[in-house]
Amino acid sequence: MSKLKKITRRSFMIGSGLVAGGVAFGAYKVATPHANPLLAELREGEAAFTPFIKITADAVTLITPHTDVGQGVQTAQALLIAEELDIDLDKVTLSFGAPDPAYYNTALADEAVPFQSADDSLAARSARGAAGAAFKLLGLMVTGGSSSVPDSYEKLRMAGAVARETLKKAAADQTGQPVSALQTKQGAVVLPDGTRIAYTDLAKAAADIAPVTDVSLRDPSEWKRLGKPVLRNDIVAKSTGTQRYTIDLELDGMLHASVRTNPKRGGSAAQYDTAAAEQMRGISAIVPVINGIAVVADNTWRAIRAVNAIGCEWPDAPYPAEMADHWQAVSDSFTDDALDKEWRNDGDVNAALGKDAKGVQQIEAEYFAPYVAHQPLEPLCAVARTLETGIEIWIAHQMSRFLQQKVAAVVGCDADEVIFHQQMAGGSFGHRLEFDVVTQAAEIAVAMKGKPVKLTYSREEDFAQDYVRQISIGRAKGALKDGGVHAWQMDIASPSVTASQMTRLGQPAAGPDTQIAAGVWNMPYAVPHLSVRAYRTPELAPISSWRSVGASSAAFFAESFLDEMIHAAGADPVAERLRLIQSPLHRAVLEAVAEMSDWGAPLGQGQGRGVAIVESFGVPTAEVVQVRDTSRGIVIEKVWVAAEVGQVLDPINFENNVMGGVAWGLGHAMNCEITFTDGVADQRNFDMHDGIRMAQCPQIEVRGLTNGDKVRGIGEPPVPPAAPALANAIFAATGQRVRRMPFWNNVDFA
Amino acid sequence: MKLNVNGTDHQIDVEDDMPLLWVLRDVLDIKGVKYGCGIAACGACTVHLNGDAVRSCQIAAADAVGFEITTIEGMGTPDTMHAVQSAWVDLQVAQCWYCQSGQMMQAAALLQSIPRPTDADIDDAMNGNLCRCGTYPRIRAAVKQAADTLAKG
Ligand code: FES
Ligand code: FES
Repeated sequence: MSKLKKITRRSFMIGSGLVAGGVAFGAYKVATPHANPLLAELREGEAAFTPFIKITADAVTLITPHTDVGQGVQTAQALLIAEELDIDLDKVTLSFGAPDPAYYNTALADEAVPFQSADDSLAARSARGAAGAAFKLLGLMVTGGSSSVPDSYEKLRMAGAVARETLKKAAADQTGQPVSALQTKQGAVVLPDGTRIAYTDLAKAAADIAPVTDVSLRDPSEWKRLGKPVLRNDIVAKSTGTQRYTIDLELDGMLHASVRTNPKRGGSAAQYDTAAAEQMRGISAIVPVINGIAVVADNTWRAIRAVNAIGCEWPDAPYPAEMADHWQAVSDSFTDDALDKEWRNDGDVNAALGKDAKGVQQIEAEYFAPYVAHQPLEPLCAVARTLETGIEIWIAHQMSRFLQQKVAAVVGCDADEVIFHQQMAGGSFGHRLEFDVVTQAAEIAVAMKGKPVKLTYSREEDFAQDYVRQISIGRAKGALKDGGVHAWQMDIASPSVTASQMTRLGQPAAGPDTQIAAGVWNMPYAVPHLSVRAYRTPELAPISSWRSVGASSAAFFAESFLDEMIHAAGADPVAERLRLIQSPLHRAVLEAVAEMSDWGAPLGQGQGRGVAIVESFGVPTAEVVQVRDTSRGIVIEKVWVAAEVGQVLDPINFENNVMGGVAWGLGHAMNCEITFTDGVADQRNFDMHDGIRMAQCPQIEVRGLTNGDKVRGIGEPPVPPAAPALANAIFAATGQRVRRMPFWNNVDFA
Repeated sequence: MKLNVNGTDHQIDVEDDMPLLWVLRDVLDIKGVKYGCGIAACGACTVHLNGDAVRSCQIAAADAVGFEITTIEGMGTPDTMHAVQSAWVDLQVAQCWYCQSGQMMQAAALLQSIPRPTDADIDDAMNGNLCRCGTYPRIRAAVKQAADTLAKG
């Protein structure tokens, strides 16, 4: 077996988040970077030292390939380059770049292997290394898994340093000064006498020499831009309404389309009655698409109105029509046959929880997490225009190279004939990892033969077609002894979100799914007798990554039940957790929120506090939620959060991501679920599934800890602790346990 | 029919019941006004009619005739920002921003009627403006900062 095959084969077997097989590069590719895509577009006198920086006589352009879905990652990427390149962000042009294997993401590999983030063993390192090598080999260009910052952290600073040193070398050659006498500052090389040569003036000379690659990175103590509050590059445009999103694009002669596809997901096309729609004003075409139908009109409203006027009798979905049967299927999968993986088996849980166990108190409980929708505020939309050969696409998307393949298959062209223009996204939360809207836009564009078409989903269609978060059930048993937690069996069942997504990508997903029990199999507790088992329910409704993925449901079960055990044992929720945690990074976040919230201080009438700590995406995150039981219902007064991320690159953006993640976790736990009736989602707009609003949103106090030596992303980790910390606070305030999300089924909120 | 938007009259030929939202966006190419829900559940489409904040997805074009319609573009430009916009920039009420034109229009109308809003006033006035990214704590702070700025004149 060749070395390459071994690498992909191994990665195939170690985790199910991986994409493997199908490419035939030589094994040397693992060590050799992909060709620099910027070189192909350079003209005489322009330089591009790495795939991330292009310098011409007029401009310095930084390429930021990770998609900005509102998490501010374009600014973060640019800052990493700028820190080493010595240039201010208002002096550069930013570009998302074109899809290219050179922009592969290796940091995602960490999440795809079944080792705890703190595990630095040879096995863990080699698994991560093999997964990373496979990602690099395949040029997997993905934004997700809170991986943008970890993926970029060294790579982009290195790109900046290479460019800086190459520019210095060019200036040295030009002026006869030794490189060691030169400095760089604000976009220029500075000579010993203070003369400045702008980078743009060095573009031609730098283009003619080999890049200087023997460079070292600055120590964080020398940073001038990173680690301090910065004004995001897009902020003024966004604050004055001039920022354009996909939905705002206008091309000459553009047509507007809207679509309806079978809301019984995966069901086939209907018989359509288009008579009424055909008579409506402004309609230029009615186009069948896969499993549905689209109307093309001269404006968006007319397209939506007409498509809604089409009569459709939709055939059934492949999954159960009624919600009770979905729950039953999950409930039925706690069997030996459905065991996906036994993640933890410490001590002797069976004996410790057995009938004969002496001197212990036993408790058990069952928890439920429903389907929930992504629904970023900008609805799904895409612009497409066919070319002589191939097609142009404008959309905000997190997997641009897969997108090219999907669109190519619809159009019947090569993937590299799909010209992709990345856009700024009006939110995502995992929604823009799927492809239907763009393949439909391509189908319509093909029918409209060269005319540009903008496809916009109505909000109702967007809800109906949302690939929702997994439904899940947790069953737990515990034994308490000597005032503490003694034994714990945590079983979790859900369909596999990884398998559902990988199937749509046409990729294998072998091995256990790390997501079913995410945030639980890797929990930091040293309980004497501990078992964690994940059970796989066969696919029901199609599901997809929803901000924080598996941990959003699994960690709710575990951190709620741990709290139940601690209360039953008569212990303190923070103190008992600290007793069970050895890892210093995890202890530190818990101690930080305890200190920030003054945990243990006397509370007022009706007040209660809950705590939870969850590690997801390598980030241990602890939260304390304080509620008050009032005559109007439960009020969430305040949340304290501490998260360990290795480095805080931009404190304001960090705080925003944490606040947003907490609000996301709380809002959906309180208020949101997607249910199915006759195979169709019941919730079709924000009146029935909104998340959280101003009046319910608490104050949120945030602290980033930087004790760890790995830099981590913060988009998702604040989500999982929010729901259990809230449930635990409600118990503390009212004595009522809420074991089923959304909580409003059992609790009134003000 | 004739619509006055950001101080300019526009002669347009559309159905009487076409929502103002889509007239602004697709006929007049004023894209700061956003579509989020179409049913008055999100506030992304908020504009001012004679200074009052309204959901433009709920206003028929014919009913907007005779009013002064103001959108985020009429509120301020990158060079001459309204106090609300400056506060939003200053505090980086920053995530995807898709909801924020509507939030700022709503906040400006609030400050017009209640120059010194309490937390409860902010809850009442802003609760219809949904932010899926969860920027509420910063919105609250920005409303207060804008109130301070306006009070100083
Ligand atoms: S689009 Fe008008 S309120 Fe949502
Ligand atoms: S900032 Fe994204 S919806 Fe408000």
